[in-house]
Amino acid sequence: MTAAFKSSRRDFLKASGLVIGFTLPVGARLAYAAETQFKPNAYLRIGSDNVVTVVCGLSEMGQGVHTAIPMLVAEELDANWSRVRVVQAPVDEAFANPIFHTQATGGSTSVRGHWEPMRKAGAAAREMLVAAAAATWKVDASQCRTEKGVVHGPGGKQLSYGELATRASKQPVPKEPKLKDAKEFKILGQGLRRLDTPQKVNGSGKYGMDVRLPGMLTAVMARPPVPGGKAVSVDDSKAKAIKGVRQVIQIPQGVAVLADGYWPAKKGVEALEIKWDDGPNAALSSDGITKMLTEATQQEGKVGRNEGNVGSVSAAKTIEAVYEAPYLAHACMEPMNCTAWVKPDGVEIWAGTQSQGPNQGILSHVASVDPKQVKVNTMLLGGGFGRRFAPDFTIAATLLSKIAGKPVKLVYSREDDMRGYFYRPASVTRFAAGLDADGKPVSFTARVATPSIMEASGFMKLPPNGVDEFGVEGVEDVPYDFPNLRVEYSRQEPGVQVWFWRSVGHSQNIFFSESFVDELAHAAGKDPFEFRRSLLSKQPRYKGVLELAAEKAGWGKPLPQGVHRGIAVAQSFGSYVAEVAEVSIQPDGRPKVHRVVAAVDCGQTVNPQIIARQIESAIVYGLTAALYGKITFKDGKVEQSNFHDYQMLRINEMPKVEVHIVKSTEAPGGIGEPGLPALAPAVAGAIFAATGKRVRKLPFEPGQLKT
Amino acid sequence: MITLNVNGKAMKVEADPDTPILWVLRDSLAMTGTKFGCGMALCGACTVHLDGQPIRSCSTPVSQAAGKKITTIEAMSANHVGKAVQAAWIKNDVPQCGYCQSGQIMSAVALLAANKNPSDQDIDSAMAGNVCRCGTYNQIRAAIKDAAATLSA
Repeated sequence: MTAAFKSSRRDFLKASGLVIGFTLPVGARLAYAAETQFKPNAYLRIGSDNVVTVVCGLSEMGQGVHTAIPMLVAEELDANWSRVRVVQAPVDEAFANPIFHTQATGGSTSVRGHWEPMRKAGAAAREMLVAAAAATWKVDASQCRTEKGVVHGPGGKQLSYGELATRASKQPVPKEPKLKDAKEFKILGQGLRRLDTPQKVNGSGKYGMDVRLPGMLTAVMARPPVPGGKAVSVDDSKAKAIKGVRQVIQIPQGVAVLADGYWPAKKGVEALEIKWDDGPNAALSSDGITKMLTEATQQEGKVGRNEGNVGSVSAAKTIEAVYEAPYLAHACMEPMNCTAWVKPDGVEIWAGTQSQGPNQGILSHVASVDPKQVKVNTMLLGGGFGRRFAPDFTIAATLLSKIAGKPVKLVYSREDDMRGYFYRPASVTRFAAGLDADGKPVSFTARVATPSIMEASGFMKLPPNGVDEFGVEGVEDVPYDFPNLRVEYSRQEPGVQVWFWRSVGHSQNIFFSESFVDELAHAAGKDPFEFRRSLLSKQPRYKGVLELAAEKAGWGKPLPQGVHRGIAVAQSFGSYVAEVAEVSIQPDGRPKVHRVVAAVDCGQTVNPQIIARQIESAIVYGLTAALYGKITFKDGKVEQSNFHDYQMLRINEMPKVEVHIVKSTEAPGGIGEPGLPALAPAVAGAIFAATGKRVRKLPFEPGQLKT
Repeated sequence: MITLNVNGKAMKVEADPDTPILWVLRDSLAMTGTKFGCGMALCGACTVHLDGQPIRSCSTPVSQAAGKKITTIEAMSANHVGKAVQAAWIKNDVPQCGYCQSGQIMSAVALLAANKNPSDQDIDSAMAGNVCRCGTYNQIRAAIKDAAATLSA
């Protein structure tokens, strides 16, 4: 989301029909504890007790940012890691994500965006501590060195950072502190344990769901069952008769029951009698959506990339295929929720949100206050995956508090969360390719038809060429040597709010393009690994991970009876990942994934253990979607509702996962998302090896794979 | 008014008998370590022990807890098996987002209390009711085996 976010940040922010003039607050300052502290910048403070506290503006949703950011600071500070703590920052301009230019977490940008700024924050503090020690000892700073939270001077002199805190505060802040060479790193590159683990094993960690305020009411909301629908009449007499129900409030998003707790609020919602006007989407159906998208791929679209001339090529063999992927819900373990309190002097919210900066602008309009009067308390996020970048739950909670005149915690039931839209868009892509007599590709054409996430986001616009970058990413940037290539995009809007979903367009497009490349390999009579490898001569990083994954997986070596391999490779968010999946087909046709071997090149690394876990996590997310994931519509309504009909991968289906990290001096890439895209095509390749059946539609349909 | 035994303490709460134990814990007793995930006993995030047995508190009415002992994640650091499981969770750095982990730990503690040396199959059957959307299953398995080793040492 990087480039587009940057280019359109000035015309922030149109969300949920509210046109937003967006400014960030300036000069808000953090409240620190009273003890002596050294605060060289907004990002760290060092106490006289030698505790280094890193103030992190990014949201922790499991991706490990509350450990990675402190590691960046601690490395250049030469901190004693065992004394490093992390706290969540308030919303403040100082914490704007350098890639987004607003405080937000997403797009696998955290380490990429903060790699240098956070190291500089640590380096500046280190230089000030050294200067303070040198002044104390009346020596030159060059005679001092730092190690594990201590400045060492000539003749065995030493002062701890805590002892120097007061004196360091008086030193000038260096403008361009010197950063270490990667060879000097002691903390970066280490698989250190996460700082946020203890609170997550004893129930003390506070998520948005756990917020409690005095006088707070809990709201549960009845929502229009069809996107764009409206309540035309509401009889709330039975709801109000339920013990603990305090208020029923109708807002554009739905009809909310406010009560003393979740249970009476939920019962209240069930007792509401509402007549809905379903509006223009009353006939929406998945069959209709598939037809709409498929037909669009039969027409010429907007041109995203065009090299050579695909029309002029004569091929010995032509291969065509149509691929399809459904809408998907994020299904974070913690359903969406937000506690809001609209007071006369401003708004305060408590939420697991990925978008503090944008929320500040949006909520200032909801509550008619200045953006500086919107305070965002970021709680732990029980999963994000892009879903918590959306402002639907913060807007609705703020509106309810404004009307109720009290703090309101709005909680989505699991059904509300699953049926609450903001889905990964459905997509259809039509491919055609030509091979010459030797099986070498001579042309590649793709036509993608899918809704526009850019337009749906409220903070981006389609670029002048009319091609949504999220719609085509993973197809448009296909890395292989295709001398003639054309990728087109057709924007189709069935009427469902779409959104960013872990790895965004790559989540379906890499399945499409890599599976189609597998088809080309088969048509050429070549091995899927060797075929890809032969077409990556100009792409050393793709080729590097492809070869590493194949080698570590033992590509070509015998497997147990009935087990087959597939391979795929992808780049997303600046990182390269190849995966080999080992799969067998069970008697009922369900694919069983035994092992996934991944190779990742994400440039320079912060924490290899977190990298490996994120790749593994993305593999599970991708496998869950490939095996089970689909949100479907019938008569305008979402057919799924909870985990029985929108299934999750469980421990008994969990494959072994091996992650191999390429040593690299390249700039860091993202890591929360890049492990996902290659999974589905690797598994589909193995399914083809096992059954001879080419899967062109997600999720896999076991009935069609029975042998 | 209902009197409950939660983590060894008698607690009085004002709640309708049909209220799930989950919401009594979270909303009436301010014990938020037990999580709401699905409301239908499908994900295990709300797992607590009722007389030592793991139950889904989102779908168990508080009336069923009368005369029984409710044990939650908040009591695990004072529990022999719970302590070993929490230590293994930390050693293996299991959690990512962490939201499901209270429930995972409660299921794991119940498993190990009943079975000191669980096989992979035992772990599958005891833990398959607990969803982890971050995909920490391999780390959960490793941590359960570590805890089992600690407990039998």
